[in-house]
Amino acid sequence: MQPESAMTPGLEVTVLVSVGRHPLTGRARRADQDARGVELARSLANAQVRLLHAGMRDESSEAALRGYLGMGFTELSLLEQPEGADVLPALAEALDAMSPHLVIAGERAERGEGSGLLPYLLAERLGWPLVSGLAAVESVEEGMATLLQALPRGQRRRLKVRLPVIVTVDDAAPAPRQSAYGPARRGAFETAAGPVSDDEQWAAWQVQPARQRPKRLKIVKAASARDRFKAAAAKAEGGSGQVLTDVTPTQGAEAILTLLREEDVLR
Amino acid sequence: MLDILLPILLFAALAVAALGAWRRVRLWRRGRASQVSVFRGLIAMPRRYLVDLHHVVARDKVMANTHVATAGGFVAALGLAIVVHGLGLAEGVLGWLLLAASATMFAGSLFVVRRRRNPPARLSKGPWMRLPKSLMAFSLGIFVVTLPAVGVLPADAGGWLVALVLAAVVAWGLAELVVGMTWGGPMKHAFAGALHLAFHRRPERFSDTQHGGSPPTGLKALDLDDAEAPLGVGQPSDFTWNQLLGFDACVQCGRCEAVCPAFAAGQPLNPKKLIQDMVVGMAGGSDAQYAGSPYPSPERGDQPVGEHQGSPHGPIVAPASTKDGKALVDAETLWSCTTCRACVEECPMMIEHVDAIVDMRRHLTLEEGATPGKGAEVIDNLIATDNPGGFDPGGRLNWAADLELPLMADVERAEVLLWLGDGVFDMRNQRTLRALVKVLRAADVDFAVLGNEERDSGDVARRLGDEATFQSLARRNIATLSQYRFDCVVTCDPHSFHVLKNEYGAFYPEGQEAGYPVWHHSTFINQLIEAGRLRLAPGQAARVTYHDPCYLGRYNGEYEAPRAVLQALGVELVEMQRSGYRSRCCGGGGGAPVTDIPGKQRIPDMRMGDVRETQAEQVVVGCPQCTAMFEGVVPPAGDEEVAVKDIAEMVAAALDTTPAATSSAPRDTSTAQATEEVMS
Ligand code: SF4
Ligand code: SF4
Repeated sequence: MQPESAMTPGLEVTVLVSVGRHPLTGRARRADQDARGVELARSLANAQVRLLHAGMRDESSEAALRGYLGMGFTELSLLEQPEGADVLPALAEALDAMSPHLVIAGERAERGEGSGLLPYLLAERLGWPLVSGLAAVESVEEGMATLLQALPRGQRRRLKVRLPVIVTVDDAAPAPRQSAYGPARRGAFETAAGPVSDDEQWAAWQVQPARQRPKRLKIVKAASARDRFKAAAAKAEGGSGQVLTDVTPTQGAEAILTLLREEDVLR
Repeated sequence: MLDILLPILLFAALAVAALGAWRRVRLWRRGRASQVSVFRGLIAMPRRYLVDLHHVVARDKVMANTHVATAGGFVAALGLAIVVHGLGLAEGVLGWLLLAASATMFAGSLFVVRRRRNPPARLSKGPWMRLPKSLMAFSLGIFVVTLPAVGVLPADAGGWLVALVLAAVVAWGLAELVVGMTWGGPMKHAFAGALHLAFHRRPERFSDTQHGGSPPTGLKALDLDDAEAPLGVGQPSDFTWNQLLGFDACVQCGRCEAVCPAFAAGQPLNPKKLIQDMVVGMAGGSDAQYAGSPYPSPERGDQPVGEHQGSPHGPIVAPASTKDGKALVDAETLWSCTTCRACVEECPMMIEHVDAIVDMRRHLTLEEGATPGKGAEVIDNLIATDNPGGFDPGGRLNWAADLELPLMADVERAEVLLWLGDGVFDMRNQRTLRALVKVLRAADVDFAVLGNEERDSGDVARRLGDEATFQSLARRNIATLSQYRFDCVVTCDPHSFHVLKNEYGAFYPEGQEAGYPVWHHSTFINQLIEAGRLRLAPGQAARVTYHDPCYLGRYNGEYEAPRAVLQALGVELVEMQRSGYRSRCCGGGGGAPVTDIPGKQRIPDMRMGDVRETQAEQVVVGCPQCTAMFEGVVPPAGDEEVAVKDIAEMVAAALDTTPAATSSAPRDTSTAQATEEVMS
């Protein structure tokens, strides 16, 4: 994709991959966003890409993880963890030891907590910057990466970040390539035992299928059918938002709190 | 002088040919192992030639007689020439026989000359253009040099100059017809073809073996338990040796090219060229010598020859990482095929194009992960939801909420297991299914469905080369089927029909087998009519034509039942020019709509053109794919739309609903209403 000279030779990339869950049937699969992350890594010229997963190993998770191997890898590093364990310490330790230049992860997992917090907690622990919603890695030169971040409605923002960095991808990243059966079957798991930390809170939680979030109703006061149609077809305009720049964290937090109160999210 | 020269020439030609044969055999042996019974094959070979091969050749009467005269004359003449001239045993009748044989061959070669004067586009040119002259040289030369041997001419007639000229003519004939046979000339087809018949990878195709009526057309299973076995064919040497031998047998007659829908649509596929490319790959080299029609190219008109090359251990399709790279064939060529089997049906050399194409697709899908178009998405859906559209597998019976279809899980046994297929998710096909249910109820058939326990049959996955997903679906469907008891399976989808009938057998667990017949609904409805279980109101005055679905006709030999049903309905049936075993594909098979390789026109448009030529008001089909393809065709401006009707819909509309006839089917009226609602 990129001219090779634009890349530092031997860029080390680690992609965090998880076991996904098909939204209709619940079958284990390669998680869509993680697979997009792998695709992004694959498209980097001159990169050494490594797959890393922390979690339980059983038949269905192994089949799902082989989905990533089928994208053209010979091995996947597996930090074996018991079910329900907090994988954060194990991942942080492994990444610290590997010290890659670039860590790519999906925005949020398709099963488990799925809070989307893991990349942030990792970044905090490692003290690395984090860029979310990545669309492309444009170039990596002399320890600086030029990244293209996806913003709503097709907008893009170019960022320059010092390596090492954690980036997350969502649906704006290029679609993953097909996973092929042959390499998936041949690929090997390189298992290592990481530190295990039990997630006590998680154990106490009760898990149930999520219900769809209620959507805010658009109240349209329209006299004619034409107006109603226009209102229905119109794109949601931001408009009423406000952009805060150069404010202190406290001011920012207050602004958020005020908004949440206005919207009746907090009472 | 000739009596010295001729034996030398004859035995030298035979010796050089033997050397060539040894080298050619070594080329084939580069392929993988394949089990054949050598002895039985060799014994059966003459019969396979005279009966099975001739059955195909005889579709072109003139050509068949030409071939009999030329080939028969040649074989006899060569054999006798060895005896008469090689061993000098001209006594008695032998010399006269040789004269007769060479005369017959000469007569045959005159027809070959005639055909080569204005050869149809499907024939290859190049070295093939000199073949008639070589045939004449051989037959004429042998004839003349035999005249002295029987005493018609004095032994030294004409002196040494004439003798030299004659010897040269005979040498030319021998070089082309004997040496060329094993050194790669046009006559190679005779040598390779004979052995191909003996060692065919599908001996069950021939009439000397037993195959229980329908043609053996199921694909061969990949052994996925063997981690060493290659997943499909990525390089020519991944073919089995008898597949390679089969490619080598091609006579470049172009019959396959003439019937190939993808070629006619201007997609980059020509089955003849594909087979020749495999020969090029097997021997190593470039395709520059190819002298037939090239692959069409939507952008350039034709793909020029000489751009592609291959070797036995080189890739057939250039891997994606070598951008714009070319190897032996382009991936689009392999993905253009609809697996309609028209080429296999027409091939006089019994070459199995579809097997080869699917073998190569298997490599592309399973090893390279390079299924084009929507292929990858369809495969992912099949893996995650057991249907190609990615619909909720729990909603397979939503269309029939009002029909109260009996579930196998409840009744556990029934006369008929009605296999619904993935058409359950398609609103058009739901109409067909409703019609079929109505017909079954009118005939009081005890049937049940699998409902949400049914999965995609695996047809598309398999034709797209994803053998792993196919086998997984097949094994799970078999496990489900094995739980229940039924006399037969009936389905309105010829693809499910073919897979269940011909391809599931290989996946039954050890010690079990599919102990039930599978019927296409047209066959089953015909049985019902013949048994008097269906009362049809006579007199539908419609002019219809019938489109044979590939997977019902060529794959399973069922041409009669749908026509019998139409006859029972009393409609006027006009046949299209290409119907029966020559039916032209609708373009919907083999995952072709999924991979969607561009061409100059679309296959369904061409087939609807065939339909319009008959001036029929309706085209009757028996396949959800055909229905979808035909209904997607926009009629040319000013033309009436031709209605597309499934045969079940035709029958349902003709059911005799007078009170006397309907006493056994109280639900009929409600069904009809529901049908209208869905349609509106
Ligand atoms: S593959 Fe068969 S039909 Fe096609 S050109 Fe060769 S011999 Fe003829
Ligand atoms: S199966 Fe049909 S589409 Fe495929 S090569 Fe043969 S004739 Fe052409």
